[in-house]
Parts: sequence; C-alpha cells; structure tokens
Amino acid sequence: MESVLGRYKNLIVLVVVLFAQVLGLAVQVKRTTDTESSRLIRIWAVSAVTPFEKALNWIEHSSGNLWHNYFYLRGVRQENRDLKAQIEQLRLEQVRLHEDAQQARRLQALFNFKEQYVSKTVAAQVIGSGGSEQSRVVYIDKGESDGIRQDMAVITVQGIVGKVLKVFRSSAQVLLIDDQSSGVGAILEKSRLQGIVRGTPAGEVVLEKIMSDEGVQPGEEVRTSGGDRIFPKGLPIGVVTRVGNNPDLFLNIHVRPSANLHKLEEVLVVTQVVDKEPSPSENTSVRASDILAQRLPSVPDKPAEDPNKPKATQGAATGPAIGSATTTAKPVQAAKPTQGAEAAKTGVPTASTAPGTVPKAGSPSAPKATQPKVPSAQPSATDSAAAKPKPVKPTPDQSQPTPPQDQPQ
Amino acid sequence: MPITYTSSEQVEVYRFSIPVTVIVPVTALFLQAWLPRQFPFFSMFDLPLLVTIFFAVSRRNPISGLLTGAAIGLFQDALTGLPIGVNGVAKTFVGYLASSLGVRLGVENAGSRLLVTLVFYVIHEIVYFMVARGMIALSLQWSWKHELGSALANALVGVLLFFALDRFKQRT
Repeated sequence: MESVLGRYKNLIVLVVVLFAQVLGLAVQVKRTTDTESSRLIRIWAVSAVTPFEKALNWIEHSSGNLWHNYFYLRGVRQENRDLKAQIEQLRLEQVRLHEDAQQARRLQALFNFKEQYVSKTVAAQVIGSGGSEQSRVVYIDKGESDGIRQDMAVITVQGIVGKVLKVFRSSAQVLLIDDQSSGVGAILEKSRLQGIVRGTPAGEVVLEKIMSDEGVQPGEEVRTSGGDRIFPKGLPIGVVTRVGNNPDLFLNIHVRPSANLHKLEEVLVVTQVVDKEPSPSENTSVRASDILAQRLPSVPDKPAEDPNKPKATQGAATGPAIGSATTTAKPVQAAKPTQGAEAAKTGVPTASTAPGTVPKAGSPSAPKATQPKVPSAQPSATDSAAAKPKPVKPTPDQSQPTPPQDQPQ
Repeated sequence: MPITYTSSEQVEVYRFSIPVTVIVPVTALFLQAWLPRQFPFFSMFDLPLLVTIFFAVSRRNPISGLLTGAAIGLFQDALTGLPIGVNGVAKTFVGYLASSLGVRLGVENAGSRLLVTLVFYVIHEIVYFMVARGMIALSLQWSWKHELGSALANALVGVLLFFALDRFKQRT
C-alpha cells in the first residue's frame, strides 16, 4: 500500500488539488455571491496588486501633469482664444436649450412623469484591469471608504462604462458593459424601441431583444432606459454600427460604445440618484403680490376651538374653514404612490429594495426634500398660497376636517 | 532537434530563493492586470502562465509545479470577475505536466523553450475552455487561428522571459 502511495504520490496530489478546486468552483457556481473563503482570496489578491497600480498611476499622472502644465504649453494662447469663441457660441445655444427645457418640464409635469437625476458622483481613476480576455473588468482607486457600493453605475462624460461588481476598502472592481455577463436596459433614441445591451465573448457590444420586424438603422443612438434600476435613464450607451438578421426572432444589432472602454482613465461613480417629479413652478417668476403677502404682518391665529363645543354663529363656523385652507399652505411631502405600489406598477424592485440603489426623493430617507405639492383638486385660489408657507401658523389641534392631501396622484 | 532526452540524474534541478518565489509571480500578476489598461492588445499574453511554466520546468518537481500553478492561477482568478478556480485548475494541470516534462527533458535552449511554451499554452487554453464552458457556462468561442496566434506570441515572450529569469536560478 505504501509503495503504491509512494509511486503515485504526484498523481494523487494532482487529483486532490484539482478536485479541491473543482469543488470550490461548484460551490461558487451554486451560490451566486462569493463565499467567505473566495472573498478572502480576492481581498488578498487585490490588496497585493492595487498598491503598485496606484503608485504607478500616480507617477504616470504626476509626470504627465508636470509636462503638460508647466513645460509643454505651445499653442495654449490660440487654444484659449478658440475656446472663448466656443463659449460664446455655447452660451447662445444654452439660452435656446433652456427655453426648450422649460417647455419640456411643463409638459412632463402635465403627465406627472418622474425623472431620475444623477445627484451625486464620485470621481475615480482606473488603476488596473482584470488582465483576462474572458473577464472584462477594471479596478478603480475608490472603494468602500469613499462611499462606493455594489451595483452603482459607472459613467464617463461620453457614456456609461459599467457597474460596480465588487467593493474593497479602497478600491472597487467594475464590470464593463462589453463583458458577456453584463446587461444594461437600453432604448433606441429615435425609434424608442427597448432592448438589452450585452457584451459578447469577443468583447463586442450588442443590443438584444429587438424584434426582427422592427426597422433599426445604423447610426442611431442607444441610451439607457432606466429599466435596470442601475443606470439612470437617458445616458448615452453607444451608436448602432451594424444591423443583421438572426435566425431567431430578434435582430442582431452591434453597438459601438460611446465611452472608450479600452482607454479608460477617469470615471464617475454615480453614488446617488434621486427621483424627482418635474415641477412647472421651477424657475417661474414670483409675483410681487406674493412677496408682499409674505412680508406683511399677519393676523395672529385664533385659538383652536373645541369641536364638541356648540357653534354659536354661522360666522364662527366659517372661521376654521379658513384655518383649514391655510393648512394647505404647510409644506407637505409630495403626494406619491407608495414604493410597493410603484414596484407593482413597474414590475421591478423599487430603489429601496434593489441593491445599490438610492432612496427616492419623497421617501423618508431621501436626501432632498421634495417640492411642496398641493393636490390639483384644490381650488385655484389656494394655489398661490400653497406654493409658499404663510406666516399664519395652523393651530396644533386641527379638529376640522381638511381636504385630503396625501392621496396619490 | 533542440529537445534532448536525458535521464533524471543528468538534468539540472534548480531552486529559487523565497523572495524570488514570491516577487516574480506577484510581479507577473501585477503586470497582467496593469499593462492591458495601457496597451489593450496585451490581454492576449498570459504572463502568470509563463511564470508557472518556468518554475515548473526549472524545479522539475511535479508536486512543486502543480502547487505553484494552483497558487498563481487562483491569485489570477481573484483579479478577474469570474469564479475562482478556472485559471487555478488550468494552471495546476500545466504546472504538473511542465514539471513532469522537465524531469525527462532538458529545456534549456531557446528552441525547446519556444516549443514547450507553445504546446503548454494550447493545453492551458483547452483546459480553461473546458472548465469555463463545462462548469461556469461561459459562452466562449474556440478559434484555432486565434489560439495558435496567441500561443506563438506567448512562446516568443516566454523565451525572452525565461532567459531573464534564468539569473535567479540557484543550483541545488
């Protein structure tokens, strides 16, 4: 027996080591998340490699900055003049776009649309890659200590880059959109067709789930649809380069990413997205009478009346009615459907339930207060009052019935 | 033919100091993670595999070779977004085969090193492909043209790398 073990020692060790790794793989495949042991190996590997990457990155940038900012300033004066001229042009365009945006905001408010705004980002530098053709990931120099969480969107000015896959203390792994395991909810800008952008094993980006009877032309822009609850709606993904027919029901659409995924240097991690209902009152002019009304001394409140007390006159009965009108002026939380109702409506988990997403505006944990909102059923006479808090304070004991305020719209 | 058959008594067995055993693989892993960001074409190279082959054929000890391959492969997997073990299995296998071959063959000259690296690269890719397809259902596409091109490129780099690493060898 001993001689057999001695003779096949090498082979036995090989089989044992291979078996252990295959077993470990099977456990990881069965569980979608990392096990403790595999996570530990990742932490060790990343901790060993990222300090060198950060150091080299720093040296590279410092020397580049020194050269470009202090020595190589040829043509800067001319470039400055050109940029100034460009700013003038852009200012003119901005005025026109501002008008368009105002109009769009008013129209959106009419339909009670909800928009997602990128409210907070963290700038990060790409310090390394996964180093494999099969796994398209990059490492950034920001991690858990900088507020980075799993499933946060990573973008550049040109377009989306990917999402945060794994977070370490001072670095994070980002899964690029050209990886075959990634998926982004997408919409074609002109035809408004929705699909899923995925990576291929060859590192290309394709748009899937567009029916083959639809007309999609090369050159059409692809943007995020917001359906994946990771990327806010409307961010550029890329441009359609080739449209082919598949044997199945769907078109084979190739997309060239807007962001250069092979030459990433600085990226933005979207750490906070707020859902905001556009308000037509934003940026609208305030009437002089409203400002005056705020500044004028107000009549002190009447003491609260006991509802059990019999009312003496008709006039007394109308008093609290006015008081109730003033309560509408109190800023209230924007009347919204509950998150559960919203999830049921959209069919996807809400921001509070989805991992890595941020609380919505209007929810108790939202970072930003919503605009004071008055139910549209209110008489128009109260609208101007509702827009601003009046100096007249409502009595603490609001015994009189008030119009419903918290009904979903 | 540059590959010569020798008895195990005739071939030289080398060992490496602990710093070299640690620093060389870590440097290879670091370069593998860092260089593709600067030069995207570099992702076709597999420096950790080349280091695995070098240590395996130099030490000529199958157990040492497979354990080196396993450690380097697992470390490499940890840097990718894939489950840990795909590279580990492939490099364990290559480490074992390379050291077993090193026991029987002298692979000290450029021609034999080129051939050995080329063959082991292809073996590595086949094992990787099988594990990735069979166990974690990655939709990889096999292309002989691409694999042979990559194998040749890796073999050329391997020859240069092996000569650079030869200076760290210590005779037993």
